[in-house]
Amino acid sequence: MHRIDPFTDLVNSLVSDTLASTAGFQGELTLCATIVLILLLRISNLTSRIDSFYVMLLGSATALYLAGPWHPVEHPTELFTGLLIYDSFTVYFRTLLFLFAVLFAIFTRISGIPDRDAAPDAYALVLGATLGMCIMASANHLLMIFLGVEMASVPSYALAGLTKGRRKSSEAALKYAVYGAGAAGIMLYGLSLLAGVLGSLHLPTMAVRLADLLQPTNLEQGIGADTHMVLALAGLMVLVGVAFKLSAVPFHFWCPDVFEGASAEINAFLSVASKAAALALLARVAIGFGYIPEPPVPQEHVALFNVAEGDVAATADQGAAGPAAPAHDRAAQIEALAPARDFLWRVLAFTAVITCTFGNLAAYGQTNIKRLLAYSTIAQAGYMIMPVPAAMVLADSDPQAARAAMGAMAFYAGVYLFMNLGAFAVVAFLRNVMHSEEIADYAGLVRRAPIVAVCFSVILVSLIGLPPLAGFAGKLLIFSYLVQAKLWTVLVIAGLNTAISLYYYLRVVKIMTFDPEPENRLPVNLSFIPGTYVVLISLPLFILGIWWNNLNELATAAARHLF
Amino acid sequence: MESTYVTLLSLIVFLPTAGALALAFFPREKTDAMKTFSLVVTAVVFLLTVIMALPGQGGGWQFDAAVSEMQKVFSLDWIPSFNIRYFMGLDGISFPLLLLTTFITMLSMGASWPIQKHVKAYCILFLLLETGMLGVFLALDFFLFYVFWEVMLLPMYFLIGVWGGPRREYAAIKFFLYTLLGSVFMLIAILMLYFASDLKLLSDKQLVVANVVSSYVDQAAQAEQIAALRAQPQPIHTFNILALQQLGQHTDAFDTIILGKSLQWWAFLLLLLGFVIKVPSVPLHTWLPDAHVEAPTPISMILAGVLLKMGGYGIIRICYPICPHAGYDLAYFVCLLGVVSMVYGGFAALAQKDFKRLVAYSSVSHMGYVVLGIGVWSAVAGNQFNADAWKMGMNGAMFQMIAHGISSSGMFFMVGVIYDRVHHRNLDQFGGLFAKMPVYSGLAIGIFFAGLGLPGLCGFIGEVFVTLSVWNYSHALAVISASVVIITAAYILWTLQRVYLGPEYRGPHGDHLHPMTIRELAIVAPLLVFAIVFGVYPQAVFHYMTPSVDRTVDDLAAWTRMEATSSPSTADDAQEREASIAQQ
Repeated sequence: MHRIDPFTDLVNSLVSDTLASTAGFQGELTLCATIVLILLLRISNLTSRIDSFYVMLLGSATALYLAGPWHPVEHPTELFTGLLIYDSFTVYFRTLLFLFAVLFAIFTRISGIPDRDAAPDAYALVLGATLGMCIMASANHLLMIFLGVEMASVPSYALAGLTKGRRKSSEAALKYAVYGAGAAGIMLYGLSLLAGVLGSLHLPTMAVRLADLLQPTNLEQGIGADTHMVLALAGLMVLVGVAFKLSAVPFHFWCPDVFEGASAEINAFLSVASKAAALALLARVAIGFGYIPEPPVPQEHVALFNVAEGDVAATADQGAAGPAAPAHDRAAQIEALAPARDFLWRVLAFTAVITCTFGNLAAYGQTNIKRLLAYSTIAQAGYMIMPVPAAMVLADSDPQAARAAMGAMAFYAGVYLFMNLGAFAVVAFLRNVMHSEEIADYAGLVRRAPIVAVCFSVILVSLIGLPPLAGFAGKLLIFSYLVQAKLWTVLVIAGLNTAISLYYYLRVVKIMTFDPEPENRLPVNLSFIPGTYVVLISLPLFILGIWWNNLNELATAAARHLF
Repeated sequence: MESTYVTLLSLIVFLPTAGALALAFFPREKTDAMKTFSLVVTAVVFLLTVIMALPGQGGGWQFDAAVSEMQKVFSLDWIPSFNIRYFMGLDGISFPLLLLTTFITMLSMGASWPIQKHVKAYCILFLLLETGMLGVFLALDFFLFYVFWEVMLLPMYFLIGVWGGPRREYAAIKFFLYTLLGSVFMLIAILMLYFASDLKLLSDKQLVVANVVSSYVDQAAQAEQIAALRAQPQPIHTFNILALQQLGQHTDAFDTIILGKSLQWWAFLLLLLGFVIKVPSVPLHTWLPDAHVEAPTPISMILAGVLLKMGGYGIIRICYPICPHAGYDLAYFVCLLGVVSMVYGGFAALAQKDFKRLVAYSSVSHMGYVVLGIGVWSAVAGNQFNADAWKMGMNGAMFQMIAHGISSSGMFFMVGVIYDRVHHRNLDQFGGLFAKMPVYSGLAIGIFFAGLGLPGLCGFIGEVFVTLSVWNYSHALAVISASVVIITAAYILWTLQRVYLGPEYRGPHGDHLHPMTIRELAIVAPLLVFAIVFGVYPQAVFHYMTPSVDRTVDDLAAWTRMEATSSPSTADDAQEREASIAQQ
């Protein structure tokens, strides 16, 4: 009756795909709307009457509501013709990011940085970066990986220099930008090599091609041997980009300088949100090239034009380019990917161990609390990378354990949110009253501000990983999957690192409690609200330390689509 | 039934925590009220355990000394995704130590009156510490055990670091680092055991013994629970210490080979490392002299009286029953650790100039007996698996823990009493105290004799039991351990001579040597009374502990017999075992 020309067909399927995809993209769209609203208010000079804080708070809270884990994900689906993947892992990390945005907004409001004039710019940048981080967490396509990393990074460079007029701050921003640009360049080169060798940008398709390339029969006959070195090199280059975002050794140099130069608020943002997104991205990349998950369920298409059903289905099959391979093929492909997994777990385990040890050792000599916490985040990144090699080892033999290992990472990221946000909140509030970020000036703090000092101690002890605090539960989970994966060396080094880290975390506690107060310190009069905020942020560490079952189940469920 | 026990044991463990929370609301300047309140809390906890110890027939609160199995057991869901349970119980091994803990804690709270600095924080930390200590002895879930084990560290760190002597910060961090290092290794071992465990390997009866299946419900309900358990497809990992013991003794769950040795060999070594740091055994003892010397008197009492016992308790409860094969292989190594500590601690004590350091090294020496007594695996094929000597050794070790708890905390308190007056502990500047403080000196000599192991006092029984039992295991070790008694006598008698005898006191602050106060008397008198009672009538302690200790040893002896009969060789090499299992 009616002929469909190819163009209409394409438009039809694209439009319907986009419409169907928006359901899983509501959180991000809300962020976009909030950014636009803030900028509009800014241009129309309405910010003098409407505080952009409320817009930010409302926007991020709405995003949290729309994207939270109370919307169960039955099957993973690909959004926007396979550019993004929407599964429970996406949902978990987006929830973390939006939750952080809400808490961050309140934090900045209390601490007063950014002030009311700078707030619209800062909030727009923060939300923009968060948007990029959401894309990192749900990337399913090389283009999206690069786009996500850049969208997250570029606003971060500007945020690092937010305190205008401070030399250190500008220096930090410049340093960060130069490093970031370099890392992004290397990563882009790696991505292009991968795309060139494997002939696709779509991660699952690439994995299938890689599996074909690594088939044992091919390996024996030496087919594709010339590409192996290119692939390994490209893989390393991509990992450089991810390692930069994670501040993993040896791409951590920016971290202490940037943390010292930028304000504590921005440090909280960089150390929590940016790190969580980078972890999610690491998981996506590692699994993307080391494993072939169950093929996602094709989108339910909404037809805009009047098209016969069968035609749409046919287009979808061609368009989605998904590896709709039968199950036995999939098992064979997963097995064929073993060399890729071997390569990944070795590189990642090595990076994790080095990062962790270096971060902990370098933290010893620090006198500035922000530098100390910077090295602490480096060390913590090392712990958080560890479950990924464990999952790579377990992927073939015990997918359920591999899933749980990624759950351990997600769990730690959740706990880490409270630990580091709390730590930087304390630093910011104390800076406001005593105008110092030197550890020596914290001496005897427990006598001036007992509640904040106790909360800070709780946070630091949780970072060490002692029970009954949440940091312990996180470490326990990570250690347990290292045991399951039989990565003994990594396990022992991680254990020793816990003992090493004890010294410098406890040194801060010691100075706050044991030492006499310095004479020339400004009086420490913390008002009620900052104290309450710190208490409310450190309280979850107790609760999650004793009843960590629910978060663990949530985190494990988040990883259920990965393997 | 079960709910009574939940209430009772939770009350004992968490009453101090509740007290600590209540203390937070006390006004800052009411220091005496806070101390009194803390003393009342510790006394109530002590009374609760005393009520349990009173004679009676099980059922309600009374501890039934005739029962060798776990009693007052309860097990509640805690973290289902890891099969972690809120699981506690008591037997003859943990109950005497529980009593010792509540008793020493109460006395040392009484000894805390001279503390003037930050009283509120002191009392809060003190009570939190008590929760951790009690929890360690009651926990039967390995995760719960570990949590309590670690919970003690932070309060102890602050108690030494804030209220201690001149080198307190160094001592506090050293204590923390040593213990944390040990416990990290312990955590690795716990996880290894956890992932190797599988409840489905256990028989129905073993599941009930390990309380995986509640023993409070009727047979039909038990069968239902067991069926539900067996129906699960994957292995069911567990942190249940009793179940791990059953798995270690009756199955091959922990025999997989890792890096050339069996899993349980590694687990045993890692656990032992964690526990001997706490005991402490030479060469991992160096934190102890520093911590004991710098800690304030009441904390030294707790350190020596209770904390060291956790190491011994861990070895008896966890190392040996869970990893019998590794324990069998490494028995001589463990005994050697004990003997080396005894000898080294004794000689080191002889060389000390500081009164408190001397007492600290005497602890190293005395705790060596405990490790030695536990380690004498004399039930071997050569003597038809007769475990009598080993029973004697382990009973002796347990007794030694109680006796040392009493005598060493008494000794530390006596050192504290004199330090409060003259503000020094230099042995060369004492002398002639008997003339100035006759009551104090008399009591002190009694306590030190108990530490020396004079017959008729508590120290004697444990030492003699251990030394006798070693004879069956190794003549050489027996001779050495017997001669340690001479070193002990030497340093204690020489100390008594230098401190209490002599013509007159010539050291600093001689005019401050006023007699003991009533409070001090009230603390030392019960200690001395118990030192005498346990020396004259040791049955008072053995009555509670022997059934459970004997059962532990019998189980291990039965394991040795089974092991020796099932494989023709002595089955020293785990690899052979693995092969034989594969053949079957």
